[in-house]
Amino acid sequence: RGALDLPHGSVVAAACSRVGQRVLHVDRRSYYAANWASFTFNALLTWIQEHQAESLSEEVQDRSSLVEEGEELIYLSGSDSASISNLQVFCYISEEAEEEEEPPNTTEEEEAAQEQGEEPEADQPQPSAPPSQSEPTRKKISYTQLEKEGRRFNIDLVSKLMYSRGSLVDLLIKSNVSRYAEFKNVTRILTYRHGSVEQVPCSRADVFASRQLSVVEKRKLMRFLTSCVEETEEHQAYNGRPFLEFLREQQLGDNLQHFLLHSIAMVTEDTLTEVGLTSTRHFLRCLGRYGNTPFLFPVYGLGEIPQCFCRMSAVFGGIYCLRHSVSCLIVDKDSNRCKAVIDSRGQRISCSHFVVEDGFVGADRRVTTPTRLLSRAVLITDASVLPGDSEQQVSLVTVPPTDGRPAVNMVELSPSTMTCIPGTYLVHLTCQSVGSAYEDLSPVVTRMFCTAECQDQENRPAVLWCLYFNMADGSGVEPEGHDLPSNVYVCSGPDGALGHEHAIKQAESIFLKILPEEEFCPPAPNPEDIIYDGENTSPTSTGEEEGLTAAGGEGEEKQQEQQEEETSLQPEE
Amino acid sequence: MHGRVKIKTTAQQEEEKRKEREKKLKIYVAARDACFSKRNEGIWDDEALQLTQQLLSSNPDFATLWNYRREILMHLETVKDKDEVQKIYEAELSFTESCLKVNPKSYGSWHHRGWVSARLPRPDWARELTLCDRCLSLDDRNFHCWDYRRMVVKMSGVPVDQELAFTDRLIGSNFSNYSSWHYRSTLLPLLHPESPEPPSPCREPPQSSPPPSPQTHSHRVCEEQLLKEYELVQNAFFTDPNDQSAWFYYRWLLGRGMSIGRSVCKYEREYISALLCFVNHKFFVFLTAEREEMISCVYVNRDEERVAVAFSRPVNAQSVGLFLVLDGQPQRVEWRSVHPRFKQSPVWICNLPPGTISDITNERNLTVHWTEKHTHRDCALYTGRTESWCRDSATDQELFRSELSVEKTSVLQSELQSVKQLQELEPLNKWCLLTIILLMRALDPLGYEQEMLAHFRTLKEVDSMRSAYYSDLCSKFMIENTILKMEYAEVRVFSISDKNLTTLCHLDQLLLVTHINLSSNHLQRLPPQFAMLQCLEVLEADNNAIENLEGVYHLPKLEEVLLKNNKISTLADLQTLASCPKLKRLDLRGNPVTQTANVESELAELLPSVTDLLL
Repeated sequence: RGALDLPHGSVVAAACSRVGQRVLHVDRRSYYAANWASFTFNALLTWIQEHQAESLSEEVQDRSSLVEEGEELIYLSGSDSASISNLQVFCYISEEAEEEEEPPNTTEEEEAAQEQGEEPEADQPQPSAPPSQSEPTRKKISYTQLEKEGRRFNIDLVSKLMYSRGSLVDLLIKSNVSRYAEFKNVTRILTYRHGSVEQVPCSRADVFASRQLSVVEKRKLMRFLTSCVEETEEHQAYNGRPFLEFLREQQLGDNLQHFLLHSIAMVTEDTLTEVGLTSTRHFLRCLGRYGNTPFLFPVYGLGEIPQCFCRMSAVFGGIYCLRHSVSCLIVDKDSNRCKAVIDSRGQRISCSHFVVEDGFVGADRRVTTPTRLLSRAVLITDASVLPGDSEQQVSLVTVPPTDGRPAVNMVELSPSTMTCIPGTYLVHLTCQSVGSAYEDLSPVVTRMFCTAECQDQENRPAVLWCLYFNMADGSGVEPEGHDLPSNVYVCSGPDGALGHEHAIKQAESIFLKILPEEEFCPPAPNPEDIIYDGENTSPTSTGEEEGLTAAGGEGEEKQQEQQEEETSLQPEE
Repeated sequence: MHGRVKIKTTAQQEEEKRKEREKKLKIYVAARDACFSKRNEGIWDDEALQLTQQLLSSNPDFATLWNYRREILMHLETVKDKDEVQKIYEAELSFTESCLKVNPKSYGSWHHRGWVSARLPRPDWARELTLCDRCLSLDDRNFHCWDYRRMVVKMSGVPVDQELAFTDRLIGSNFSNYSSWHYRSTLLPLLHPESPEPPSPCREPPQSSPPPSPQTHSHRVCEEQLLKEYELVQNAFFTDPNDQSAWFYYRWLLGRGMSIGRSVCKYEREYISALLCFVNHKFFVFLTAEREEMISCVYVNRDEERVAVAFSRPVNAQSVGLFLVLDGQPQRVEWRSVHPRFKQSPVWICNLPPGTISDITNERNLTVHWTEKHTHRDCALYTGRTESWCRDSATDQELFRSELSVEKTSVLQSELQSVKQLQELEPLNKWCLLTIILLMRALDPLGYEQEMLAHFRTLKEVDSMRSAYYSDLCSKFMIENTILKMEYAEVRVFSISDKNLTTLCHLDQLLLVTHINLSSNHLQRLPPQFAMLQCLEVLEADNNAIENLEGVYHLPKLEEVLLKNNKISTLADLQTLASCPKLKRLDLRGNPVTQTANVESELAELLPSVTDLLL
């Protein structure tokens, strides 16, 4: 019962293995999860190079010799590089003289400059900078340092957060997959308004502590949030009308209206009231489960999540092959089912189900072509957009839409998330594309950060390095949107939403199509309850000693996880 | 089932667990017995330490074992050198820490830790504070930890301002925390005490000195800090007006201001009263200061040769050293409270020896000494007068505005504005309404009377469970207002008809009243305190629900009692009236008692002095 599977299908893989299916997981690359992966700084540079090299050398090998009577072949596309476009890289710390505000038309030379990797003068103070004015403590980080410590970066191609009561967290807890990872709270929610970054008071403690709100606003906000929790007739009366109109009629004032619309509901001005309220409710339900914001972020980056599911799959017998791809499918003409696949080495592998990422499906098999793109930017900066008491803040910054430019979600990760080195912050920007990633996001970057030697704005964090690219928006891809055999399932690439709802829903629905009778990711048993071959029934653990010297387990830094889930969310070893 | 992970069945697991439990129990019982027998034999060795450790780590609430452990440790102190003792106690600390992980609310473990910390030759208080912080970050209401922390702070002399910053932090993360607010109430008076000379700016105490105990200090706070506190607490109750902790703290704060423009000496001798709140099986006592104790009134009556003395609080005159001096001559008198029920009472009376003051042509000077409090009050009975008194009126004492009114009016006014603003947003919030009432009373009790009554009506509706409490409170305030009006009018008539009174209070303030009108209220009784109305001549109480006249007792001047339409049902209820020698007129119309057989003749027998009886 071979099943074979790719990217966020790692969830599907884990689910299938868990209930006893044999799973073969192959990936063309040297890492799992394609666009869901996290990269070290150096690996990201390689990834950039690969994508800029435009691998057109993909020649399709004829595999018709392997086809038997009554079968036909479907060729898969050899690479999914089409999902990434408009890659642009800027480095602001190597050769300052050359880097100016205006966008360079090509990126190759910067790339080249980076590849050289030598910037002896980067550490030296700039002669033009008045040394007394700028913060003396802010140490410049050199490009060499970025490269040298590049392994300590974990840079995601996707930027998402986990809603603490979202389907991903539920699934991690339910399946016990959470034991393979650790999580940090997003500590605050910020918004960009009137040219500056403000903290959005969203929890009770935040509202209490907020210095920007008057006491009356505090009361109004708390009252509004409390009233949102349950749907009321008053809410229903606004169904079909814009959420903004509803907010206006609550007499909340501009401040609160901004916070609620852009940072709490995170919707646009024309969103309908019912949608806005549903989203507000989701936000509120997630508050306080693990911390003062509704969000969690996996330590070491989002790439940990598919890895965890892969590990789960492997624990339950899944087989993993990296740098190995499937070149075509063998389809039984009569049943229109995929019987087997042929891998890149010409080997025929039987399977009863096949799960594939959307990017590998040839254009000829697509009924609809995804047209929507996401604009992404990844920045390495030297300070937080809103310095606070703690340097280890993890922030979500909502930038409302302006002048026809879409709303931008920005996630600022501190070194505590193990995604960047001390002294730096890793900033992810995401929005729905209007133009190229650079066109969409660089205005926000220049407004909020200091991109060159702009000494006049020393209060803003400086960008050390940044990357812009566009990525296909996976939310446009429907599993049905392909002309493929019935036992071939397509999972989409990452979508632009902040949460993981789309991916998890898709994984579950694929699983249920493959195995309609089985439970999706039932709890994994505790290691001590698993019977290994050759083991007799007596337990190996020395229970009584453990029972009496409960001292162990020093240093459980207060985990973000709630007590009830604490056991299920602790790392296995 | 190839490839599927085999998992133990639940029955298998149960069985394993059961066996494990049995095994554990055996070991536990054996260790316990070993401990007990060792203790009986008086053995204090390392093995005993290990055994108790083993047992306590699985059951940290075994007090006997902790005691045994302490015996061993005290023994070891005598035989080991200082460094070894330090090591032993450090091990002890990490052991209690592990016990606290098992049960963070273990009385035994916390107590033991405190004991160890106090005996440690070189204590590391910073470490202890960090432990407390960690513990409180997991459960900010763990009172064991709070108690322990207070001990650590005291032992290590943490500066007050640092502690205040600590409460800032805790309140910031969750302001529904009585412990933090309460801690603030003890810290603020230490950090920003009101200076002795009111207008001078506040001074900070030297921070190196260990914090003095709150009891030795004034319970007032300088204005600058107070304004900050108002802001903080307002943020809390605007954020969540249903959270009581902030409101309690606010109540405490409102009494903490300076007493500008008032005689300072009046507040010099304060005693402590308290705002109590009971939360989670733990009392929080917000200490507040009160006015000095004194004799508030001396009344003397020539005809009856009687003296009545009123005190600022209930006392037992027989045991506090009360002396009466008449024209320089100490008098032997017998003090009695107004009603045999009272051992403690604010009003005491005595009869002078016959003939001492009866001569109307003589001027007499009386002094009552309260030796225990080193205070006294004089009263002159002039020639030709049959009675005389000397007193501080309720108005003079600002009795009914007490706590809050020591604040500056402008401060109170702005606080009232803020709370009213909240009330506009939350018209049905009981804490908000109640606070408005209190602020209004502090500012202008008479001017705000109508608004106060309206707020009480709302309170009774929104918090119907406590409607009787609100009725009583409202009665109290109305009585206070009536007393004020009476004093402004300089009369001895107390008239409070048709005000929905449910209870009577402040009766000690009515010592001089000759005429009281309580008609058309909801009173059910005239309580024993009513006997404090020693000058009462006319009692009007028609249209109530009075069924008990206990307090109409030995009122020497009472002549007229009007009780039309009440609920007096038996002759026995009228028994106390017989103690009032001058009673002439009695109206009992509309009472069940009038239906009694032979009521007229029975009453004639019971109350021979009554000449005008209405039935």
